[in-house]
Amino acid sequence: MNSTETKSFGVLTRDLALKIDSIIEKHQSNSTKLIGILLDIQDVVPRQYIPREVAAYVSEKMNIPLSKTYDVISFYAALSDVPRADYIIQLCDSVVCKVTDNTVLLNTITNLLGINEREATADGKYWLEYTPCFGACDISPAIRINGKVYGNLTTEDSIKAALSQYK
Amino acid sequence: MNMVNLKIDNINVTVPDGTTILEAAKKVNVNIPHLCYHPDQAVKANCRVCVVDVAGSKKLAPACSSYVYEGMEVQTNTKKVRDMQKGILELILANHDQDCLKCLRSGNCELQALCQRFNISKTNLDETIEALPLDNTNPSLVRDTAKCIKCDRCVEACQKVQEVHALTHSHRSVHYNVAPAYEMPLEQTFCVLCGQCSAVCPVGAIVEKDDTAMVWDAIQDPKKHVIVQVAPAVRVALGDMFNLPKGSIVTGQMVAALRRLGFDKIFDTNFTADLTIMEEGNELIQRLTKGGTLPMITSCSPGWINFIEGRYDHLLDHLSSCKSPQQMFGALSKSYYADITGIDPKDIYTVSIMPCTAKKFEAKRPEMKTNGVQEVDAVLTTRELGRMIQSAGIDFVGLEEDQFDNPFGIGTGAGAIFGATGGVMEAALRTAYEVITGKELPALEFKGVRGLEGIKECTVDIDGLELKVAVAHGLGNAKKLLKQIDSGESPYAFIEVMACPGGCIGGGGQPIKSTMDVKAKRIDAIYHIDEDLPLRKSHENPAVKELYEKFLGAPLGHKSHELLHTHYHSRGMKYNFKELMNK
Amino acid sequence: MSKTVSFITENFGKYDPYSIDSYLSIGGFTAIKNALAMSSNDIIEIAKKAVVKGRGGAAYDTGRKWSQAASVPGDNKVVICNADEGEPCTFKDRNVIENDPFRLLEGMVIAGYTVGAQNGYIYLREEYRHLRSLIQNAIDQCMEKGYVGDNIMGSDFSFHIHLYSGAGAYVCGEGSTLIESIEGKSGRPRIKPPFIKECGLFLLPTLVNNVETLAIAAAVLQHGVDEYIKYGTPESPGTKIISLAGNVKNPGAYEIPFGLTLREIIYDIGGGIPDGHNLLLFQLGGASGKIGPASIIDTPYTYADLAKQGLVVGSGGVLVVDDRTRVIDFVKSIQDFFIHESCGKCTPCREGNRQIAKIIDRFVAGNPKPDDLNTAERFANIMSNCAFCGLGETAQSALLTAIKHFPQEFDLEEVAVK
Repeated sequence: MNSTETKSFGVLTRDLALKIDSIIEKHQSNSTKLIGILLDIQDVVPRQYIPREVAAYVSEKMNIPLSKTYDVISFYAALSDVPRADYIIQLCDSVVCKVTDNTVLLNTITNLLGINEREATADGKYWLEYTPCFGACDISPAIRINGKVYGNLTTEDSIKAALSQYK
Repeated sequence: MNMVNLKIDNINVTVPDGTTILEAAKKVNVNIPHLCYHPDQAVKANCRVCVVDVAGSKKLAPACSSYVYEGMEVQTNTKKVRDMQKGILELILANHDQDCLKCLRSGNCELQALCQRFNISKTNLDETIEALPLDNTNPSLVRDTAKCIKCDRCVEACQKVQEVHALTHSHRSVHYNVAPAYEMPLEQTFCVLCGQCSAVCPVGAIVEKDDTAMVWDAIQDPKKHVIVQVAPAVRVALGDMFNLPKGSIVTGQMVAALRRLGFDKIFDTNFTADLTIMEEGNELIQRLTKGGTLPMITSCSPGWINFIEGRYDHLLDHLSSCKSPQQMFGALSKSYYADITGIDPKDIYTVSIMPCTAKKFEAKRPEMKTNGVQEVDAVLTTRELGRMIQSAGIDFVGLEEDQFDNPFGIGTGAGAIFGATGGVMEAALRTAYEVITGKELPALEFKGVRGLEGIKECTVDIDGLELKVAVAHGLGNAKKLLKQIDSGESPYAFIEVMACPGGCIGGGGQPIKSTMDVKAKRIDAIYHIDEDLPLRKSHENPAVKELYEKFLGAPLGHKSHELLHTHYHSRGMKYNFKELMNK
Repeated sequence: MSKTVSFITENFGKYDPYSIDSYLSIGGFTAIKNALAMSSNDIIEIAKKAVVKGRGGAAYDTGRKWSQAASVPGDNKVVICNADEGEPCTFKDRNVIENDPFRLLEGMVIAGYTVGAQNGYIYLREEYRHLRSLIQNAIDQCMEKGYVGDNIMGSDFSFHIHLYSGAGAYVCGEGSTLIESIEGKSGRPRIKPPFIKECGLFLLPTLVNNVETLAIAAAVLQHGVDEYIKYGTPESPGTKIISLAGNVKNPGAYEIPFGLTLREIIYDIGGGIPDGHNLLLFQLGGASGKIGPASIIDTPYTYADLAKQGLVVGSGGVLVVDDRTRVIDFVKSIQDFFIHESCGKCTPCREGNRQIAKIIDRFVAGNPKPDDLNTAERFANIMSNCAFCGLGETAQSALLTAIKHFPQEFDLEEVAVK
């Protein structure tokens, strides 16, 4: 059998493992920094998530039970255990963006990209998820794309302009 | 100690500072309802069923985590308190599978009891249960999250006591659940199947895998010769199932009940406990005198074996190669016993009654075969035996005492104390001393290895040879001794490890509500059994001697190795990260 | 806009938040300097006189909190800056950090000095990850210039500041939960006692203060308490940064003196409701806050006056909702938030939210069951009385106040789909 590295491990390659090592090192291998470490790792894993094998790798490296790492990953909304995409679009679904009416925003994104909530486009470029208030109520309705906030998205043009920066 | 005066339901109470309302209320015969509270565990206060009204406080206070203060006034039974306690129970019940009649814990379920107390049957809430699939693919335990009330007791047992970390809480809000990482089935985790989770679960969310049906079938099968062995810890716990005082010794009634259930022969695992001492004691002597990996560690506890094979597989050489008493019995039942009775091993059906859920797994290990058949065919926990007796309609308490059968019916006091933490060590020392020195032991009892302290150690003077030994019960404690070995700082020659707190008398298969108080009473009972026996050293067991003469030869001999010893293997990691990095 | 003031926010836009030199050029670090010249007791007295109620939402008196923290024995203590601003319709802490990160650090150093702490931790919500580099830069520059670190400004007081990130969990705004999160665990509240003031982060005595609270401390130490309490009312002295949003023309974070009426806030500062719509309700203090109807819009924004109307300052969020939104849809949106954010640990919050959400859904769809309103109220009260932490306690504030102020919206006959 021609068992390749990526086959047995899926996402975790030697290169990625080395990157993870250096992230853990940057955080002084300090288990109290697990959340920061996982956030940083998620940033370097393709499609921005923590695959199970990566969680297992981090757990072993840091001598943390896998069950605890999983508790953390499953608990925090910013950590994902399913593959997302290159660009994560987070649509604020909280009360302010509801009363300022984010339906145009939602419809435009779903129409333009052809995806619903918690779905990725076929090319793995975009992922859409609802998220609670991220504190951009002064420019509501708003979205975040890979952490960057875009607000006052009441027209199709404004939404297209925001999305066009991520190709 | 500072004493605090308070009123609970207008009754004056004086308790030491640092007492909770829940504990203080017990003093005046007020039993505040509770679910997540467990006397042996840290207070969690997550079920909120124990909320009470404290004068001057806006919210209700959880009685389990609120400490008394001078002048405190507590009401536990007002309309408001009752309504809220009842409401919380309704909330729990609405997301709990109410198929009570089919539940192993029916009649012994803390939620059921509280719902009866509050007269709740049906709620007007939405009762759609959100749960994970049933996990019943391992031989020992069944997890049903549809019944889980998220009290976190099992997580505490798994993480804090056993430090196994198979179970965790995860996710949040309505998706909050208790399960292994990634909701994997238990056998894909480092779970050691000790069953301590099932012993503390207030409901039927984690239970032993019920094997009673196949034992009933075997008993009914005319082609099968069904024999049963009973572990030392069962006889001091089985009485709990029949409301006898905790720590009652029910050996005679138990044998009588087993006979009535229809077992062809009833044998005592104490016999193979003695045999274990002969083999293990000699193995220790050999390692001490001829060289071998030290410290040597006992191997009778299958939860412990699962633990070291999973997490500390680089230390497997430290394990004694002896099979556990259960498996030694099983091996003999399919060889020696078959020989002397002339029954084909294939027709012998060997059942064990064990205080342990991990024994079910141990019996199914592929290496545990003799003469081509599995050595032990079925393992029942104390709880399952109790249910069989109840199911058969046997009035257990009134039974006339009966005795074990030969040739495996004689056990010494040394075999009996296997059931308590420190017992294997003490039994081994009794024999090792006399075998090494050839002299009679001046004092039989090694008090230093007895008791409920997590790690016990003592130094034994064997005619000038200083032997340092240690005993750990509960895997968290065992881990401490392993770390010492890992760092090369272990001063011990011999270590006893039992997976469960208290040893086998606190096993995961023992009757529910085996709290530390109860365990202490069982340990007392075990030592009583030892004291009352005429023979208290394994090497003096006449049946064991006869076995060596007629069949085995000598301890550690060829036949012994074939039948009574085993080998261990690493329970492989799922991912081989080393290989990845070496590419 | 003349109704807004500029005390806490005085530095906004006045300097380059990436440059310590720029901060020094506008008089930066005067507060630390002044503080180091005083005793801990003096500072506590000033804090008490300022009557700063905790600005995260719990409104616990800061002077009292500092005094308790200072009197807890221990030579290793911790100050945590709670920058987990998670209440919907709350973004004033973000404004403080964006515009004036150095003042925040000054506030932390002063708090540390006052209570006798050696280490400070900033817990920044993941949603503000774009501010990480700004804060870390400020910390690094302060370390370099000796305003943070060993022997601050030549004194024998040493204080180090560490930046930690949240990962998307509203409940981590609760003090003990935040601590669990900094310790690398999932965010579920800790049992009390022990109280975090005695046994908090890494089991050390811990003081937790909100971003705005710490910024006020620095401003007060810089200018003197009298400059601060000249604003506001005798009962609620000083100023507050509010986060005004929703259906208003000019949403934003504004510093106001206590005592303005809600009308002044919504109409004079916020510019009123856009597109000629009418005010339906407002919610103060974020999703956990209570709602008020348009009829009480002349209530002054002070702790006491709001309390009389059953309202709270909370986080300082002022959410304006006009008549385009149905009350029940508003309530559902709040409920969705808490269903997402409950940690799941305690029964009332986990199961109460689960059940109430289903009832609200039936109201939204116009097919409630006859006993749904009673059931929802009953379990909402159980949540407020019995939940483990503040999240569960306050999760049903909006529902309960909506039922009170808009009973017709929950009338079975009214809502039934005809």
